[in-house]
Amino acid sequence: MIPLNFVLMLAGILFALSVAGIFLNRKNVILLLMCIELMLLAVNFNFVAFARQLGDLSGQVFVFFILTVAAAESAIGLAILVVLFRERKSINVEQLDTMKG
Amino acid sequence: MSITEILFYAFSGVLLVSAIGVITARNPVHAALFLVFSFVNSAVLWMLLEAEFLAIVLVLVYVGAVMVLFLFVVMMLDINVAQMREGFTRYAPLGILIAVIVVIEIGSVVWVKSLGTEMTPVASVGVEPGYSNTEALGTLLYTKYLYPFELAAVILLLAIVAAIVLTMRHRTGLKQQDIAAQVSVRAKDRVRVVKMEAEKKQ
Repeated sequence: MIPLNFVLMLAGILFALSVAGIFLNRKNVILLLMCIELMLLAVNFNFVAFARQLGDLSGQVFVFFILTVAAAESAIGLAILVVLFRERKSINVEQLDTMKG
Repeated sequence: MSITEILFYAFSGVLLVSAIGVITARNPVHAALFLVFSFVNSAVLWMLLEAEFLAIVLVLVYVGAVMVLFLFVVMMLDINVAQMREGFTRYAPLGILIAVIVVIEIGSVVWVKSLGTEMTPVASVGVEPGYSNTEALGTLLYTKYLYPFELAAVILLLAIVAAIVLTMRHRTGLKQQDIAAQVSVRAKDRVRVVKMEAEKKQ
C-alpha cells in the first residue's frame, strides 16, 4: 500500500513546482493558466489521497466538482485571452497596464 | 516493496519531471504537451489510489477537452516566444526560493502530522469483489450531493455562455439574411399592379 504522507509530499512538490512556474513565466498568460491547472491537480491529489485514507468517497466527489470548476475556469480564461490578443496583439502581462495596477 | 509502490514511485517521478518540463519549456506548445503528459501520469496515480472513475474523467475531460482547447489557443495566437522568455533567468532564483520554501513548509506539516498517526489506510474502499468505484461515486453524487451536482451543471452552462459571448464578433458590412423580415413579407408589399392604357400599334 502507498503511505499517505508520500502522496501528500508528491502533491506538495507538484504545488511548489507550479508556484515556481508562476514566478518563472510571469509574462506569458497561457503558461500562467497552465500553472494554475497544475496547482489544481496537486490539490486534487490531496483529496484523492485522503478519500482513500479515510475510506470516504466524499473526497472524490469534491475532486469531481473541482474538475468541473477548473474546466469552466480555463474555458473562460482562454476566451478572455483570445479577446485580449484580438484587442492588443499581445498577451504579455507587462503590457496589460491600462488600469494602472 | 510491492509492485504498487514501485509503480507509484515510477509514475510520481515521471509526473514531477513533466511538471518541470511544463514550467521550463521554451515553446508554449511543448509546455501544453508536457501538461498533457503530467495529466496522464496523474490519472495512473489516481488509479493506484483507488479513484478509477476520476482517473478516466481526468483523461477524458482534461486531456481530451481542456488541453485540446489550450493547444488550439496556443496555436491560434501569434506569440513572440523570445520576448516572452525575457526575465526568465532574472526571476528564476526567486521562483526556486519560493518553491523550496513551499516544499519545506508542506513537508514539515506532513512530517509533524505523520509522527502520531498511522499512515496506512484505515479502511480500503474497494475491498469486496464486485465493488465499482463508478457506481459508488454515482450513488453518492445523485443522492447526498445532488444539489451541488446541479450547481456544477449550472457553472458549466455559465462557462459555455461566457465563452461564446466573450469571443463572438459582430462584423459590420456582412450580407446576412433577416429571417423575420423574410417571413413577415406579404404579397401585396412585393407585387404592384399598375393600371395603364393599352398600347396602340403605330
